Amino acid sequence: MGLVDDLAADTPVVEISRRKALGVLTAAAAGVAAAGTAVMAVRFMRPNVLFEPPSKFVVGRPDEIPIGSLVAMPKQKLYIVRGADGFYAMSATCTHLGCMTQHRAAEKRFICPCHGSSFDLQGNVLGGPAPRALDRRWLGIEDGMLVVDTRKPAPQGDVLRV
Amino acid sequence: MVSGEVFSTAARPGGFGRRVWRSIVRHGFPDTNRNRSLAVFSNLFLHVHPVKVRVEAIRFTRTFYLGGLAAALFVILTVTGVAVMFYYHPSVPRAYADVKDLEFVVTAGVILRNVHRWAAHAMVAAVFLHMARVFLAGAYRPPREFNWVLGVLLLVATVFLSYTGYLLPWDQLAYWAVTIGTSLAAAVPLVGGDISFLLLGGNQIDENTLLRFYVLHCVVLPLVLTGLFAVHLWRVRKDGGIYLPPEATGRATRVVDGEPTP
Ligand code: HEM
Ligand code: FES
Repeated sequence: MGLVDDLAADTPVVEISRRKALGVLTAAAAGVAAAGTAVMAVRFMRPNVLFEPPSKFVVGRPDEIPIGSLVAMPKQKLYIVRGADGFYAMSATCTHLGCMTQHRAAEKRFICPCHGSSFDLQGNVLGGPAPRALDRRWLGIEDGMLVVDTRKPAPQGDVLRV
Repeated sequence: MVSGEVFSTAARPGGFGRRVWRSIVRHGFPDTNRNRSLAVFSNLFLHVHPVKVRVEAIRFTRTFYLGGLAAALFVILTVTGVAVMFYYHPSVPRAYADVKDLEFVVTAGVILRNVHRWAAHAMVAAVFLHMARVFLAGAYRPPREFNWVLGVLLLVATVFLSYTGYLLPWDQLAYWAVTIGTSLAAAVPLVGGDISFLLLGGNQIDENTLLRFYVLHCVVLPLVLTGLFAVHLWRVRKDGGIYLPPEATGRATRVVDGEPTP
Protein backbone atom coordinates (compact mmCIF):
# COMPACT_ATOMS: atom_id res chain seq x y z
CA MET A 1 0.00 0.00 0.00
CA GLY A 2 1.38 3.31 -1.02
CA LEU A 3 -0.09 6.78 -0.81
CA VAL A 4 -3.02 7.47 -3.10
CA ASP A 5 -2.46 10.37 -5.44
CA ASP A 6 -5.68 12.39 -5.13
CA LEU A 7 -4.90 14.54 -8.10
CA ALA A 8 -4.42 11.60 -10.38
CA ALA A 9 -7.67 9.97 -9.19
CA ASP A 10 -10.55 10.27 -11.57
CA THR A 11 -12.95 12.60 -9.70
CA PRO A 12 -16.08 13.78 -11.53
CA VAL A 13 -16.11 17.52 -12.05
CA VAL A 14 -19.44 19.27 -11.39
CA GLU A 15 -19.61 22.69 -12.88
CA ILE A 16 -22.07 25.25 -11.57
CA SER A 17 -22.29 28.83 -12.64
CA ARG A 18 -20.98 31.62 -10.46
CA ARG A 19 -24.51 33.02 -10.19
CA LYS A 20 -25.86 29.71 -8.96
CA ALA A 21 -23.00 29.23 -6.48
CA LEU A 22 -23.51 32.68 -5.01
CA GLY A 23 -27.25 32.10 -4.92
CA VAL A 24 -26.85 28.84 -2.99
CA LEU A 25 -24.40 30.45 -0.56
CA THR A 26 -26.71 33.43 -0.01
CA ALA A 27 -29.68 31.17 0.59
CA ALA A 28 -27.67 29.05 3.01
CA ALA A 29 -26.47 32.13 4.91
CA ALA A 30 -30.01 33.51 5.10
CA GLY A 31 -31.28 30.12 6.28
CA VAL A 32 -28.68 29.89 9.04
CA ALA A 33 -29.44 33.46 10.14
CA ALA A 34 -33.20 32.78 10.16
CA ALA A 35 -32.79 29.55 12.14
CA GLY A 36 -30.51 31.28 14.63
CA THR A 37 -32.96 34.13 15.05
CA ALA A 38 -35.83 31.71 15.59
CA VAL A 39 -33.90 29.73 18.23
CA MET A 40 -32.80 32.91 20.00
CA ALA A 41 -36.34 34.33 19.91
CA VAL A 42 -37.67 31.27 21.74
CA ARG A 43 -34.70 31.31 24.10
CA PHE A 44 -35.25 35.01 24.80
CA MET A 45 -38.81 34.29 25.88
CA ARG A 46 -37.60 31.84 28.58
CA PRO A 47 -36.85 33.86 31.72
CA ASN A 48 -33.57 32.96 33.45
CA VAL A 49 -34.55 34.33 36.85
CA LEU A 50 -37.94 33.71 38.41
CA PHE A 51 -39.34 35.47 41.44
CA GLU A 52 -41.48 32.55 42.51
CA PRO A 53 -41.71 31.31 46.11
CA PRO A 54 -39.34 28.39 46.85
CA SER A 55 -40.87 24.98 46.26
CA LYS A 56 -39.41 23.62 49.52
CA PHE A 57 -40.60 25.08 52.79
CA VAL A 58 -41.16 24.31 56.47
CA VAL A 59 -44.72 23.47 57.48
CA GLY A 60 -44.15 23.44 61.22
CA ARG A 61 -43.44 21.08 64.10
CA PRO A 62 -45.08 17.68 63.53
CA ASP A 63 -46.74 17.69 66.94
CA GLU A 64 -48.58 20.92 66.04
CA ILE A 65 -50.78 18.89 63.73
CA PRO A 66 -53.09 16.55 65.66
CA ILE A 67 -53.84 13.03 64.41
CA GLY A 68 -56.89 12.95 62.16
CA SER A 69 -56.56 16.55 61.01
CA LEU A 70 -56.02 18.27 57.69
CA VAL A 71 -54.16 21.52 57.07
CA ALA A 72 -55.14 23.35 53.88
CA MET A 73 -52.43 25.68 52.52
CA PRO A 74 -54.14 27.56 49.68
CA LYS A 75 -51.11 29.79 48.88
CA GLN A 76 -48.97 26.72 48.23
CA LYS A 77 -51.95 24.77 46.78
CA LEU A 78 -51.28 21.95 49.21
CA TYR A 79 -52.97 19.80 51.84
CA ILE A 80 -51.07 18.26 54.76
CA VAL A 81 -52.96 15.32 56.23
CA ARG A 82 -52.14 13.47 59.43
CA GLY A 83 -53.85 10.09 59.53
CA ALA A 84 -53.63 7.41 62.19
CA ASP A 85 -50.46 5.96 60.63
CA GLY A 86 -48.62 9.18 59.70
CA PHE A 87 -48.37 12.28 57.51
CA TYR A 88 -48.80 12.82 53.80
CA ALA A 89 -48.72 15.92 51.62
CA MET A 90 -51.13 16.18 48.71
CA SER A 91 -51.37 18.73 45.94
CA ALA A 92 -54.61 20.73 45.97
CA THR A 93 -54.36 21.12 42.18
CA CYS A 94 -57.12 19.26 40.36
CA THR A 95 -55.72 16.57 38.06
CA HIS A 96 -58.25 17.53 35.36
CA LEU A 97 -57.14 21.00 34.21
CA GLY A 98 -55.40 22.49 37.19
CA CYS A 99 -57.99 24.44 39.18
CA MET A 100 -57.65 24.44 42.96
CA THR A 101 -59.80 21.95 44.85
CA GLN A 102 -61.65 22.88 48.03
CA HIS A 103 -61.81 20.82 51.20
CA ARG A 104 -65.37 20.00 52.29
CA ALA A 105 -64.82 18.80 55.86
CA ALA A 106 -68.46 17.85 56.49
CA GLU A 107 -68.59 15.70 53.33
CA LYS A 108 -65.09 14.28 53.92
CA ARG A 109 -64.00 15.05 50.38
CA PHE A 110 -62.40 17.62 48.06
CA ILE A 111 -64.36 19.18 45.24
CA CYS A 112 -63.19 21.16 42.24
CA PRO A 113 -65.27 24.24 41.38
CA CYS A 114 -64.26 24.26 37.69
CA HIS A 115 -65.86 21.11 36.27
CA GLY A 116 -67.06 19.34 39.40
CA SER A 117 -64.47 16.61 40.03
CA SER A 118 -64.50 15.23 43.56
CA PHE A 119 -61.87 13.30 45.54
CA ASP A 120 -61.85 11.44 48.84
CA LEU A 121 -59.46 12.36 51.67
CA GLN A 122 -56.77 10.01 50.24
CA GLY A 123 -57.09 11.92 46.97
CA ASN A 124 -58.82 9.13 45.02
CA VAL A 125 -61.27 10.25 42.34
CA LEU A 126 -64.90 9.95 43.41
CA GLY A 127 -66.43 11.56 40.34
CA GLY A 128 -66.11 14.12 37.59
CA PRO A 129 -63.65 14.42 34.71
CA ALA A 130 -60.42 14.13 36.76
CA PRO A 131 -58.32 11.32 35.23
CA ARG A 132 -56.28 10.36 38.30
CA ALA A 133 -55.92 10.81 42.05
CA LEU A 134 -54.53 14.04 43.51
CA ASP A 135 -50.72 14.05 43.28
CA ARG A 136 -48.66 13.37 46.40
CA ARG A 137 -45.73 15.59 47.33
CA TRP A 138 -42.49 14.82 49.06
CA LEU A 139 -42.62 15.27 52.83
CA GLY A 140 -39.83 14.82 55.35
CA ILE A 141 -38.41 15.80 58.72
CA GLU A 142 -35.42 18.14 58.81
CA ASP A 143 -34.09 19.46 62.14
CA GLY A 144 -37.24 18.22 63.82
CA MET A 145 -39.48 20.24 61.47
CA LEU A 146 -41.96 18.98 58.90
CA VAL A 147 -40.69 20.00 55.43
CA VAL A 148 -42.45 19.77 52.03
CA ASP A 149 -41.14 20.11 48.48
CA THR A 150 -44.01 20.87 46.11
CA ARG A 151 -41.90 20.09 43.05
CA LYS A 152 -40.89 16.60 44.21
CA PRO A 153 -43.51 13.92 43.65
CA ALA A 154 -44.11 11.10 46.12
CA PRO A 155 -45.76 7.72 45.47
CA GLN A 156 -49.46 7.30 46.24
CA GLY A 157 -50.09 5.67 49.60
CA ASP A 158 -46.73 6.63 51.15
CA VAL A 159 -47.01 7.98 54.68
CA LEU A 160 -44.39 9.55 56.88
CA ARG A 161 -44.29 7.98 60.30
CA VAL A 162 -42.96 10.21 63.04
CA MET B 1 -69.70 72.54 -8.34
CA VAL B 2 -69.46 71.88 -12.06
CA SER B 3 -71.10 68.64 -12.93
CA GLY B 4 -69.01 66.09 -14.75
CA GLU B 5 -65.84 67.84 -13.69
CA VAL B 6 -62.59 65.91 -13.35
CA PHE B 7 -59.45 66.96 -11.48
CA SER B 8 -57.81 69.83 -13.26
CA THR B 9 -54.74 71.89 -12.50
CA ALA B 10 -56.09 74.92 -14.27
CA ALA B 11 -56.82 77.79 -11.94
CA ARG B 12 -60.53 78.16 -11.47
CA PRO B 13 -62.58 80.66 -9.61
CA GLY B 14 -63.60 79.59 -6.15
CA GLY B 15 -60.89 80.82 -3.83
CA PHE B 16 -58.73 79.21 -1.16
CA GLY B 17 -61.32 76.93 0.43
CA ARG B 18 -62.01 75.34 -2.88
CA ARG B 19 -58.31 74.74 -3.49
CA VAL B 20 -57.98 73.02 -0.13
CA TRP B 21 -60.99 70.80 -0.93
CA ARG B 22 -59.51 69.97 -4.35
CA SER B 23 -56.17 69.05 -2.79
CA ILE B 24 -57.98 66.34 -0.80
CA VAL B 25 -60.80 65.23 -3.11
CA ARG B 26 -59.68 64.87 -6.68
CA HIS B 27 -62.97 64.06 -8.35
CA GLY B 28 -65.99 66.14 -9.16
CA PHE B 29 -69.54 65.70 -7.96
CA PRO B 30 -70.43 62.02 -8.44
CA ASP B 31 -73.27 62.48 -10.90
CA THR B 32 -71.53 60.87 -13.85
CA ASN B 33 -70.28 57.29 -14.12
CA ARG B 34 -66.72 58.55 -14.45
CA ASN B 35 -66.86 60.59 -11.26
CA ARG B 36 -68.64 57.81 -9.43
CA SER B 37 -65.79 55.47 -10.35
CA LEU B 38 -63.21 58.07 -9.33
CA ALA B 39 -64.97 58.48 -5.99
CA VAL B 40 -64.34 54.81 -5.29
CA PHE B 41 -60.85 54.25 -6.56
CA SER B 42 -59.37 57.55 -5.45
CA ASN B 43 -60.40 56.79 -1.88
CA LEU B 44 -58.26 54.46 0.24
CA PHE B 45 -61.19 53.26 2.33
CA LEU B 46 -63.74 52.80 -0.47
CA HIS B 47 -61.36 51.05 -2.80
CA VAL B 48 -61.62 47.79 -0.85
CA HIS B 49 -64.52 47.36 -3.25
CA PRO B 50 -63.72 47.06 -6.93
CA VAL B 51 -65.03 49.90 -9.07
CA LYS B 52 -67.74 47.62 -10.37
CA VAL B 53 -69.48 45.08 -8.16
CA ARG B 54 -72.25 42.72 -9.11
CA VAL B 55 -75.53 43.57 -7.45
CA GLU B 56 -75.76 39.86 -6.58
CA ALA B 57 -72.48 40.05 -4.66
CA ILE B 58 -73.52 42.87 -2.37
CA ARG B 59 -76.99 41.51 -1.69
CA PHE B 60 -77.34 41.23 2.10
CA THR B 61 -78.43 37.59 2.10
CA ARG B 62 -75.42 36.56 0.04
CA THR B 63 -72.84 37.11 2.82
CA PHE B 64 -74.95 38.59 5.64
CA TYR B 65 -71.99 41.01 5.66
CA LEU B 66 -70.45 38.78 8.32
CA GLY B 67 -66.82 39.25 7.29
CA GLY B 68 -67.38 43.00 7.15
CA LEU B 69 -69.10 42.83 10.52
CA ALA B 70 -66.07 41.06 12.00
CA ALA B 71 -63.83 43.77 10.51
CA ALA B 72 -66.06 46.56 11.87
CA LEU B 73 -66.00 44.96 15.32
CA PHE B 74 -62.21 44.82 15.12
CA VAL B 75 -62.14 48.58 14.48
CA ILE B 76 -64.44 49.16 17.48
CA LEU B 77 -62.22 46.92 19.61
CA THR B 78 -59.11 48.82 18.57
CA VAL B 79 -60.61 52.21 19.42
CA THR B 80 -62.11 51.18 22.77
CA GLY B 81 -59.05 49.06 23.58
CA VAL B 82 -56.67 51.99 23.09
CA ALA B 83 -58.97 54.10 25.26
CA VAL B 84 -58.96 51.72 28.22
CA MET B 85 -55.17 51.28 27.89
CA PHE B 86 -54.82 54.83 29.23
CA TYR B 87 -56.07 53.66 32.64
CA TYR B 88 -54.88 50.06 32.84
CA HIS B 89 -51.53 48.99 34.33
CA PRO B 90 -50.56 45.39 33.54
CA SER B 91 -49.23 44.63 37.04
CA VAL B 92 -50.49 42.35 39.78
CA PRO B 93 -51.17 45.08 42.36
CA ARG B 94 -52.83 47.45 39.86
CA ALA B 95 -54.68 45.41 37.23
CA TYR B 96 -57.82 44.48 39.15
CA ALA B 97 -58.04 47.87 40.85
CA ASP B 98 -57.70 49.66 37.51
CA VAL B 99 -60.51 47.64 35.97
CA LYS B 100 -62.66 48.47 38.99
CA ASP B 101 -61.79 52.14 38.55
CA LEU B 102 -62.86 51.93 34.92
CA GLU B 103 -66.21 50.60 36.09
CA PHE B 104 -66.81 53.03 38.96
CA VAL B 105 -64.49 56.02 38.80
CA VAL B 106 -63.38 56.93 35.28
CA THR B 107 -65.86 59.07 33.33
CA ALA B 108 -67.35 56.92 30.56
CA GLY B 109 -65.01 54.11 31.65
CA VAL B 110 -67.91 51.76 32.19
CA ILE B 111 -69.24 52.20 28.66
CA LEU B 112 -65.82 51.89 27.02
CA ARG B 113 -64.98 48.75 28.96
CA ASN B 114 -68.32 47.15 28.25
CA VAL B 115 -68.31 48.04 24.56
CA HIS B 116 -64.85 46.46 24.38
CA ARG B 117 -66.00 43.34 26.17
CA TRP B 118 -69.24 42.85 24.23
CA ALA B 119 -67.63 43.63 20.90
CA ALA B 120 -65.02 40.99 21.71
CA HIS B 121 -67.71 38.36 22.27
CA ALA B 122 -69.53 39.53 19.15
CA MET B 123 -66.37 39.35 17.04
CA VAL B 124 -65.73 35.72 17.95
CA ALA B 125 -69.34 34.96 17.04
CA ALA B 126 -69.18 36.97 13.79
CA VAL B 127 -65.96 35.28 12.66
CA PHE B 128 -67.41 31.89 13.42
CA LEU B 129 -70.67 32.61 11.59
CA HIS B 130 -68.71 34.07 8.66
CA MET B 131 -66.76 30.82 8.44
CA ALA B 132 -69.97 28.80 8.59
CA ARG B 133 -71.47 30.93 5.80
CA VAL B 134 -68.38 30.53 3.60
CA PHE B 135 -68.52 26.80 4.21
CA LEU B 136 -72.23 26.48 3.44
CA ALA B 137 -71.86 28.54 0.27
CA GLY B 138 -68.99 26.27 -0.82
CA ALA B 139 -66.91 29.43 -1.26
CA TYR B 140 -63.78 27.65 0.03
CA ARG B 141 -63.42 25.71 -3.25
CA PRO B 142 -60.80 26.60 -5.88
CA PRO B 143 -59.60 29.24 -6.47
CA ARG B 144 -60.40 30.33 -2.92
CA GLU B 145 -58.62 27.56 -0.97
CA PHE B 146 -55.77 29.81 0.13
CA ASN B 147 -58.21 32.40 1.41
CA TRP B 148 -59.84 29.68 3.49
CA VAL B 149 -56.41 28.92 5.00
CA LEU B 150 -55.92 32.62 5.76
CA GLY B 151 -59.39 32.53 7.31
CA VAL B 152 -58.42 29.69 9.63
CA LEU B 153 -55.38 31.75 10.77
CA LEU B 154 -57.68 34.74 11.32
CA LEU B 155 -59.97 32.57 13.44
CA VAL B 156 -56.99 31.41 15.52
CA ALA B 157 -55.79 35.02 15.94
CA THR B 158 -59.30 36.10 16.99
CA VAL B 159 -59.59 33.31 19.56
CA PHE B 160 -56.12 34.10 20.98
CA LEU B 161 -57.04 37.78 21.25
CA SER B 162 -60.15 36.82 23.15
CA TYR B 163 -58.21 34.45 25.42
CA THR B 164 -55.34 36.84 26.21
CA GLY B 165 -57.78 39.68 26.91
CA TYR B 166 -59.67 37.49 29.33
CA LEU B 167 -56.76 37.40 31.81
CA LEU B 168 -56.25 41.15 31.98
CA PRO B 169 -58.94 41.98 34.64
CA TRP B 170 -56.97 39.65 36.97
CA ASP B 171 -60.13 38.43 38.70
CA GLN B 172 -61.06 34.91 39.76
CA LEU B 173 -62.71 34.12 36.44
CA ALA B 174 -59.61 35.28 34.54
CA TYR B 175 -57.15 33.47 36.80
CA TRP B 176 -58.83 30.08 36.63
CA ALA B 177 -59.66 30.33 32.93
CA VAL B 178 -55.97 30.89 32.24
CA THR B 179 -55.09 28.04 34.60
CA ILE B 180 -57.26 25.76 32.50
CA GLY B 181 -55.99 27.11 29.17
CA THR B 182 -52.34 26.69 30.05
CA SER B 183 -53.02 23.21 31.49
CA LEU B 184 -54.55 22.35 28.11
CA ALA B 185 -51.36 23.58 26.43
CA ALA B 186 -49.29 21.54 28.90
CA ALA B 187 -51.09 18.39 27.72
CA VAL B 188 -49.48 18.64 24.26
CA PRO B 189 -47.11 15.66 23.86
CA LEU B 190 -43.36 16.32 24.34
CA VAL B 191 -43.34 20.13 24.13
CA GLY B 192 -46.45 20.80 26.29
CA GLY B 193 -44.44 21.67 29.39
CA ASP B 194 -42.28 24.11 27.41
CA ILE B 195 -45.29 25.78 25.77
CA SER B 196 -46.90 26.27 29.16
CA PHE B 197 -43.64 27.62 30.63
CA LEU B 198 -43.23 30.09 27.75
CA LEU B 199 -46.86 31.24 27.95
CA LEU B 200 -46.74 31.72 31.71
CA GLY B 201 -43.21 33.10 31.76
CA GLY B 202 -42.56 30.71 34.67
CA ASN B 203 -44.13 27.80 36.51
CA GLN B 204 -47.21 29.59 37.78
CA ILE B 205 -49.60 32.34 36.76
CA ASP B 206 -47.86 35.43 38.03
CA GLU B 207 -46.76 38.94 37.08
CA ASN B 208 -44.78 37.53 34.12
CA THR B 209 -47.94 35.89 32.77
CA LEU B 210 -49.95 39.09 33.07
CA LEU B 211 -47.30 41.11 31.24
CA ARG B 212 -46.94 38.49 28.49
CA PHE B 213 -50.65 38.30 27.89
CA TYR B 214 -50.86 42.09 27.87
CA VAL B 215 -48.17 42.48 25.21
CA LEU B 216 -49.70 39.71 23.11
CA HIS B 217 -53.18 41.18 23.49
CA CYS B 218 -52.37 44.84 22.87
CA VAL B 219 -49.54 44.64 20.34
CA VAL B 220 -48.58 41.31 18.82
CA LEU B 221 -51.96 39.77 18.01
CA PRO B 222 -53.64 42.95 16.69
CA LEU B 223 -50.68 43.46 14.32
CA VAL B 224 -50.82 39.84 13.17
CA LEU B 225 -54.57 40.06 12.65
CA THR B 226 -54.31 43.33 10.72
CA GLY B 227 -51.68 41.86 8.39
CA LEU B 228 -53.64 38.66 7.80
CA PHE B 229 -56.84 40.61 7.23
CA ALA B 230 -55.21 42.84 4.60
CA VAL B 231 -54.12 39.80 2.60
CA HIS B 232 -57.49 38.10 3.19
CA LEU B 233 -59.47 41.00 1.75
CA TRP B 234 -57.07 41.50 -1.12
CA ARG B 235 -57.44 37.82 -1.98
CA VAL B 236 -61.24 38.10 -2.09
CA ARG B 237 -60.81 40.52 -5.00
CA LYS B 238 -57.96 38.63 -6.67
CA ASP B 239 -59.97 35.41 -6.49
CA GLY B 240 -62.70 37.04 -8.55
CA GLY B 241 -64.80 38.68 -5.85
CA ILE B 242 -67.37 37.06 -3.62
CA TYR B 243 -68.26 33.57 -4.80
CA LEU B 244 -71.49 33.54 -6.78
CA PRO B 245 -73.29 30.31 -7.60
CA PRO B 246 -74.03 29.72 -11.30
CA GLU B 247 -77.67 30.69 -10.95
CA ALA B 248 -76.63 34.10 -9.61
CA THR B 249 -74.20 34.88 -12.42
CA GLY B 250 -76.58 33.63 -15.08
CA ARG B 251 -73.79 31.45 -16.53
CA ALA B 252 -72.82 27.87 -16.13
CA THR B 253 -69.76 27.62 -13.88
CA ARG B 254 -66.81 25.67 -15.14
CA VAL B 255 -63.83 25.16 -12.90
CA VAL B 256 -60.88 24.13 -15.00
CA ASP B 257 -57.72 23.18 -13.08
CA GLY B 258 -58.57 25.53 -10.27
CA GLU B 259 -58.78 28.59 -12.53
CA PRO B 260 -61.72 30.93 -12.08
CA THR B 261 -64.13 30.86 -14.97
CA PRO B 262 -63.65 33.87 -17.20
C1 HEM C 1 -60.89 38.15 11.76
C2 HEM C 1 -61.67 37.39 11.09
C3 HEM C 1 -62.18 37.59 9.66
C4 HEM C 1 -62.46 38.76 8.99
C5 HEM C 1 -62.35 40.19 9.53
C6 HEM C 1 -62.88 38.37 7.65
C7 HEM C 1 -63.30 39.26 6.66
C8 HEM C 1 -63.80 38.90 5.42
C9 HEM C 1 -64.51 39.77 4.53
C10 HEM C 1 -64.79 41.26 4.77
C11 HEM C 1 -64.85 39.03 3.43
C12 HEM C 1 -65.72 39.52 2.27
C13 HEM C 1 -67.01 38.68 2.13
C14 HEM C 1 -67.87 38.41 3.34
O1 HEM C 1 -68.11 39.33 4.13
O2 HEM C 1 -68.33 37.24 3.49
C15 HEM C 1 -64.34 37.70 3.60
C16 HEM C 1 -64.44 36.63 2.69
C17 HEM C 1 -63.96 35.32 2.88
N1 HEM C 1 -63.52 34.80 4.11
FE1 HEM C 1 -63.18 35.89 5.76
N2 HEM C 1 -62.83 37.01 7.53
C18 HEM C 1 -62.41 36.48 8.74
C19 HEM C 1 -62.27 35.12 9.06
C20 HEM C 1 -62.46 34.06 8.15
C21 HEM C 1 -62.47 32.66 8.52
C22 HEM C 1 -62.36 32.13 9.97
C23 HEM C 1 -62.62 31.94 7.34
C24 HEM C 1 -62.65 30.43 7.14
C25 HEM C 1 -61.88 29.59 7.76
C26 HEM C 1 -62.68 32.89 6.25
C27 HEM C 1 -62.78 32.58 4.90
C28 HEM C 1 -63.17 33.46 3.90
C29 HEM C 1 -63.33 33.13 2.50
C30 HEM C 1 -63.03 31.74 1.84
C31 HEM C 1 -63.84 34.30 1.86
C32 HEM C 1 -64.28 34.43 0.40
C33 HEM C 1 -65.78 34.18 0.44
C34 HEM C 1 -66.47 34.27 -0.91
O3 HEM C 1 -65.77 34.44 -1.90
O4 HEM C 1 -67.70 34.17 -0.89
N3 HEM C 1 -62.61 34.17 6.78
N4 HEM C 1 -63.69 37.64 4.85
S1 FES D 1 -60.13 21.52 36.57
FE1 FES D 1 -61.01 20.45 38.21
S2 FES D 1 -62.70 19.51 37.29
FE2 FES D 1 -61.76 20.52 35.59
